Amino acid sequence: MINQVYRLVSPRQFEVTYKDKSITANQVVVRPTHLSICAADQRYYTGTRGEQAMREKLPMALIHEGVGEVVFDPTGTFKLGTKVVMVPNLPTESDPNIAENYLRTSRFRSSGYDGFMQDYIFTDTDRLIELPQDIDLDVAAFTELVTITTHALSRFEKKAHARRETFGVWGDGNLGYITCLFLKKLYPDSKVIIFGKTDYKMNHFSFVDDAIKIDAIPNDIQIDHAIECAGGKGSQYALAQIIDHINPEGTISLLGVSEYPIEVNTRMVLEKGLTLIGSSRSGAKDFQRTVDIYKEYTDIVDYLGTIVGEVHTVRDIENITEAFESDLSSSWGKTVMRWMI
Amino acid sequence: MIYAGILAGGQGTRMGNVPMPKQFLLLNDKPILVHTVEKFVLNPRFNKVIIASPKEWINYTQDILKKFQIDLPNVVVIEGGSERNDTIMNIINYVEKENGDLSEDDILVTHDAVRPFLTHRIIEENIEMGLKYGAVDTTIQAIDTIVESADNDFISDIPRRDIMHQGQTPQTFSMKTIKELYNELSKEEKEILTDACKVFTMKGRKVKLVKGEIFNIKITTPYDLNVANSIIKGSLDK
Repeated sequence: MINQVYRLVSPRQFEVTYKDKSITANQVVVRPTHLSICAADQRYYTGTRGEQAMREKLPMALIHEGVGEVVFDPTGTFKLGTKVVMVPNLPTESDPNIAENYLRTSRFRSSGYDGFMQDYIFTDTDRLIELPQDIDLDVAAFTELVTITTHALSRFEKKAHARRETFGVWGDGNLGYITCLFLKKLYPDSKVIIFGKTDYKMNHFSFVDDAIKIDAIPNDIQIDHAIECAGGKGSQYALAQIIDHINPEGTISLLGVSEYPIEVNTRMVLEKGLTLIGSSRSGAKDFQRTVDIYKEYTDIVDYLGTIVGEVHTVRDIENITEAFESDLSSSWGKTVMRWMI
Repeated sequence: MIYAGILAGGQGTRMGNVPMPKQFLLLNDKPILVHTVEKFVLNPRFNKVIIASPKEWINYTQDILKKFQIDLPNVVVIEGGSERNDTIMNIINYVEKENGDLSEDDILVTHDAVRPFLTHRIIEENIEMGLKYGAVDTTIQAIDTIVESADNDFISDIPRRDIMHQGQTPQTFSMKTIKELYNELSKEEKEILTDACKVFTMKGRKVKLVKGEIFNIKITTPYDLNVANSIIKGSLDK
């Protein structure tokens, strides 16, 4: 079969390419239905990813957040029409101690390997997680982003001390929202504080115990553990504030990606005996846990529905460009493409 | 119910002096027909994918389906007719024999076996519009100016390019309707009929357009086959 792959060939330019695929290669075939744009995709789209990375990785199909429907399964694992979320991490080996998303040999869709912007996705069964069949697919589209939180919290649970009276989350974007939401659900007795910059964004965080502007943090605020979801240069300022306000032996989960190295006040990290946990991407296990949480706390899906920003119907390459351009000028929420190309 | 009809009835005279019909020629080491059928197999809305082949090539068709492991229960090979519309009627008769009387909602998505580049969207929109309007053609806006020459010697007309479209496939029909309309045509009318949608337009019926793709090419000449192979091989494997 000739599979259309919609690749970014240079900044702001998509082209269709064609790959010969066989439908009998013991892989499940999924029709992508709802795709969501991530900031990482935008760094490629706008060309801000850095010249060397652009040269090495393009042409490449973008998008690593997406759901679809099983249309062919020679393995018999899934019923036809099953709605699934697709795992973009593609491990090539397994290790009892190292998670699949940290193995250097793993590939990742839309980072050096074709993402989900294709006519059909061919994948191994263990890269697909069945969704609740009645879930809102515009929301499910960005499940991958939610798994970043799930993954980080799993690591936190394993490594942090047991006192969890107060959590501080830095960053009022989508990831900060998701992280606060999950903390409130998973630790209902803990106090969750969002530390953000922008009023209208922070107004969305209706479920947190406190919302504090980062330029007006009271001196006496103390937290047990912190999660940094700022990213970019903002990571440095966030981390500095966290180190100031965190209690001794607290844990700081670092989730925000910065293109450039940032400064860290290691003196206070040492003095307070802090633990910094780096966390990046996620694996199939985190997807399964996230879907289990969707099922257990159904209101989470409703809350996540409030961060669906724009929904674009995509029938041709111009529509893809429109969705990416419009996402660039949108200041809040996730952009979802209904993939009808 | 929704059926796919793959029109593989042609003997491919335009391909030049080759030993087999064009739908069996290899595109990246796989028969063109197999590429096309695979795309239809991936749409679970089809009750059956019916391939209409020249009688003497039915066994061969079944053999290659088997070889490429798409000899699935919902893929069948039947005998095509001498002309395009005869082939479509053969497919409709097969469906009637299998499932009894047809209703308006029983549609057939017909497609040239030698257009393997079609997309999920094109098939999906044919189904949607077929169910809604009963007759669908897939076209792209004309790129070249169309020049009409009734005597093949001098121009008789140059139609406005902005309203000209080039026909591709799929073409989708309510099987009941096309059969009724076709049977109303005289023998002479049937003889000059090279297009199935024309059965509808001749009878004043509306045919809905679905946007095709410029790459949804029909592989009918050695040049086309070269182009198609280059397109696939030129797409870097990553």
